[in-house]
Amino acid sequence: MNDKVINDFTITVGTANGSGSQTSNLTILRALFKMGIPITGKNMFPSNIQGLPTWYTLRLSKDGYTARRDEHEVIVAMNAKSFERDLEDVQPGGVFFYDNSIKMPIERDDITAYPMAVKQIIKEAGIPSSLKTMVANMVYVGILAQMLGIEMEKIKMALDFHFKGKEKPVSINMNVIEASAKWAAENLEKTDKFYVEPMDKTDGLIMADGNTAAALGAIYGGVQIVGWYPITPATSLVEKMSYYLPQLRRDIDGKNTYAIVQAEDELAALGITIGGAWSGARAMTSTSGAGISLMGEYVGLAYFSEVPLVIWNIQRMGPSTGLPTRTSQGDLKQAMSLSHGDTKHIVLLPASARECFEFGWKAFDVAERMQTPVFVLSDLDIGQNQWASEPFEYPDAPMDRGKLLWEDDFDEFVAKHGDWGRYKDVDGDGIPYRTVAGNRKEGSSYFARGTGHDAFANYSEDPDIWMEGMNRLALKHNTARQYVPDAIIDNVEGAKIGIIAYGSVDPAVVEARDLLTAEGLKTNYLRLRALPITDTVKDFLRENDKIFVIEMNHDGQLREILTVEMPEESTKLVSSTLNNGLSLTAKWIRDDILAKKEK
Amino acid sequence: MAATNKIGLSKSDYKGAPTTLCQGCGHNSILSQIIAACYETDMLPEDIVKFSGIGCSSKAPTYMLDRSFGFNGLHGRMPALATGALIGDPTLTGLAMSGDGDSISIGMGQFKHVIRRNVPMVYIIANNGTYGLTKGQLSATSEVGLTLKKHGTNELEPIDVCLEAMASNATFVARAFAGNPKQVKTLIKAALHHNGTAILDIISPCVTFNNADDSLHSYAWGRENKTPIHDLSFIPARDEIMIEDFEEGTTQDVIMHDGSKVRLQKLERDYDPTDRIAAVQIIEEARANHLLLTGLMYISPDRPSLMDTLNLPEKPINRLTPDELRPSADTLETINAAMF
Repeated sequence: MNDKVINDFTITVGTANGSGSQTSNLTILRALFKMGIPITGKNMFPSNIQGLPTWYTLRLSKDGYTARRDEHEVIVAMNAKSFERDLEDVQPGGVFFYDNSIKMPIERDDITAYPMAVKQIIKEAGIPSSLKTMVANMVYVGILAQMLGIEMEKIKMALDFHFKGKEKPVSINMNVIEASAKWAAENLEKTDKFYVEPMDKTDGLIMADGNTAAALGAIYGGVQIVGWYPITPATSLVEKMSYYLPQLRRDIDGKNTYAIVQAEDELAALGITIGGAWSGARAMTSTSGAGISLMGEYVGLAYFSEVPLVIWNIQRMGPSTGLPTRTSQGDLKQAMSLSHGDTKHIVLLPASARECFEFGWKAFDVAERMQTPVFVLSDLDIGQNQWASEPFEYPDAPMDRGKLLWEDDFDEFVAKHGDWGRYKDVDGDGIPYRTVAGNRKEGSSYFARGTGHDAFANYSEDPDIWMEGMNRLALKHNTARQYVPDAIIDNVEGAKIGIIAYGSVDPAVVEARDLLTAEGLKTNYLRLRALPITDTVKDFLRENDKIFVIEMNHDGQLREILTVEMPEESTKLVSSTLNNGLSLTAKWIRDDILAKKEK
Repeated sequence: MAATNKIGLSKSDYKGAPTTLCQGCGHNSILSQIIAACYETDMLPEDIVKFSGIGCSSKAPTYMLDRSFGFNGLHGRMPALATGALIGDPTLTGLAMSGDGDSISIGMGQFKHVIRRNVPMVYIIANNGTYGLTKGQLSATSEVGLTLKKHGTNELEPIDVCLEAMASNATFVARAFAGNPKQVKTLIKAALHHNGTAILDIISPCVTFNNADDSLHSYAWGRENKTPIHDLSFIPARDEIMIEDFEEGTTQDVIMHDGSKVRLQKLERDYDPTDRIAAVQIIEEARANHLLLTGLMYISPDRPSLMDTLNLPEKPINRLTPDELRPSADTLETINAAMF
C-alpha cells in the first residue's frame, strides 16, 4: 500500500439536482471543519430545479489553500446520468464510491472502487417511503465517515446545527449515517490511501458564503431601503437580509428600521433604491448579469444627479443569459462606466466572504462620502460557496454620512457660506453638500434631474455650465481615490515579477505563488480592492519589471483599465485570463505565468 | 397685502419657475389647479414632494411648488423613485406628474405596479394622446382615426388609463378634463387626502400637435362631450362642521382615511364610486359611446397602503441616527458564533 494521504485531497459528490444532497454535503463540510481541517465547499450546479447532474466539491487542504482544483481524488457517484463522467474524472490512484444500483461497467484498474448498497441500507433502516429520497444521500455521508475517518461526533454536531437542534430530523439522518458506516465496516475493505485526521487549523474560524456576509455587512452598515428583483446568483443576498433584518434591526416598539421591496424588474429595483437614497436613507440593490444591464439607465441618473447608493453585482458568466450558474469577472469595465455619456463609477472588489462583510458596510460610507453610486463586484464563487474565514469584524469606524445637511446643519451652512447650491463645490474636492427630501427647512429643497443643471440644480443648457459640471464630477471621481479601500501588497525580497489580481481569483493566486516559488520564481503580489486605482497601484506598476494581470474574463479588462490609467507602464502588463465558468486553479496560473514569463 | 391661507402662506408661495410649455397647453391649467388645491387645503409646500418622468407632462413640476423637493426621473420609471423616497419619509405627500407616453407606453409596467403596491401618492396622467416633446407622434391613448402630420392615421385601439388602473386594483380612479378647472381642483384635493395611489387621468389638450376640433383630446371636443357622473366637493376633516349638508338622497359622502370627505352630488344616474364592478362598467360604456366621462370613478379608502404593510416606525426612517441603524457589537459575536 502507498503512503497515506492525509487531509490533502478533494472529494467530489455527483448527484441529481434537487435530490436533497446539499444537506449531506454541508454535513460533511461542517464535520471536517469541526475536526479542524481547512476545507472549502463549492457547488457546481446546473440552471435547473430538478433532475440535471450537479456536483459538490470539498477541498481538504492541510496547508489552508482554498482555491478550486481540477483533480478529484475521491468521487462519490450517486447519479446514473453522470456516472461515466464521474468515473473518468477520478485521479489515478483515487477512489470511486458508487451507488450499487447503477449497473454500469467500471473498467479502470488504476483506482479503488467501492460499491455502496444505498437501497439496501435505506430499506433496513426502516425509513418511511416519503423520506427515502432525501435521506438516501446520507448513506454516502456514513460510508465516507467510515472509510476516510470522519468523526461521528462531529457529524452529529453538523446535523444539530443544520436542523437547529430539532430532535427528529437529526435522529432520522443520524440513524442512516450510522447504519451506513456499519455497513461499510462490515462489507468494504479499505485499500486506498486517503484519510482524514483531526487538526487545529480551523480554531476561531467561521464558515460562511459571501452573499450572507454581504447581507450582514450591509445590515451593520445601517442599510434601510433595499429594492431588488430575483436573479441567480444574487438572490440569496437579499434573502439573507430578510432573514437577519427582523432579528437585528427592529426598534424598541418592534418597528422595522428598514424596508425591503421586491420590485417588478431590476430597473424598478434600482429606482426604488435611488428614491430611498435621495431621501437620505441608506439604500442598496443586489443583482447580476442581465439585471445590471437593465439598470444601466437608472445608474446614469443616479450618477448625474449624485445620489449615493450601493449596487452589489454577484457576477455570473457571459453576455445575455449566459451561464447563470457559473462564475466570471466579466463585468469590471461595465461597472466602471455603466450608462451612456461619460459616466465614471467607483467599484469595490471583495475577494472573500469576510471582505464582503467589510465592504457591505464600507460601501455605504464611500457612497455617501462621494455622493455617487458605488458598485461592489462579488461573484458566484465568493457569493454562493462556503469558505472558512476569520470571523466578521465589527466596523472599526463610525458611519460616514458625508456632507449631509438636515435643518440645523442647513442653517449653519448658510450662515457660514452665504448661500447653498446642491451642486456647488464649496470645499474644492468636487463633493457638494446635499440636502434630502424630507428636510423641512425653507430653501433646502431642490429639483433633482437628469437634465443639464447648474450649481443650484436649475435647468441649464449653457455649454460653460455643462463643462463646469462635468469637470467637477471628474474632480470628484479623482477625490474618490483617497476614500476607496487601498490595494493590499505582498512584496518579496528580490522579486522583479509582479502579479495583480482581484476578487475570487485571490485564493488561486496565493497558492500559485507558492507553486512558482517552488519553481524558483519569486513574485510580488498586489490585490486590487477598488477602482479608481490609488497611488499604491501606480507605484507597484513602476516598481516591477513585468506584471501579470490575472482575471476571469476574456479580454483582460483590468489590464485594459491599467493601460489607460498608466500608459507609460503599460508594456509591462501581461494579461493572464481564463474565462470558462470555473474559478481558476493555482496550477493553471502557475503554468500560464511560466509559459509567458520569457516572452 | 396678498390673501393668505390658514397656515399664513399666499398663493405665490406655491408657485414654481415660469412655464416653458406652449401657451394654452392643458398642462398649464392642471398646474394652476394643483397650486390652488394645495393652497386652499393649507398644505405646507415643504411637506410635498414632486415626481415626474420624461415628456411635456414631466417638465411641469418645475413650474409649481418651488419650495418642495422634486425629482425629474427617467422616462416611464418615476413610480419607483417615488416609492423609494416616500418610504424614506412617509410623512411627505407624494405628487407625481406623468403623461400618456410616460405612463401608458414606456412606463406601463411601473404604472401598474405602483398601483398594485398602493403607494400613497397623487398620480396625475396629463393625457393628450400624443408625444409632444418629440413633436407629435401617436401615443397609446391616441384615438382611432387620429391623423398626425408625419405619422398618418391611427388605426389601433387606444388604451384606457382608468380601465388599466381598475385592472391593477387601484384604490382611487378619477378622470377630468383640463378645461374644467373646478372639477380638476376638487379631484386633486380628494387625491391629496387619499391613503393610496390616486390615479387622475386628466385629458389635457396639446394645442400644438393634437387639438383638431374632432380630436378626443381637444378643447373643443372636451367641452362638447364631457359628461360628469356627479358634482364633487371636498371637505377637509377640520372643516366639516362649517359645511351645510346637501339635500338628503342626492349626495353621497366618501370618508377618507384622514377623516375628510369627498361629497358627491348625484346627477342623472345613481352612481356608487365604491362599487368596483359599476366603475368598470361605466368606463367601458363611456369608451363604447365615445363619451368623455369625468368624475371620481372608483374609490376604496380603507385598503392598506404600502406604508401600512412595511411596519415602519413613526419617525421617518431617513432621520434615524447611526445609533439606531448599526446593531451593537455583541450581536455580531452571536452571529459569528453561529456561522458554521
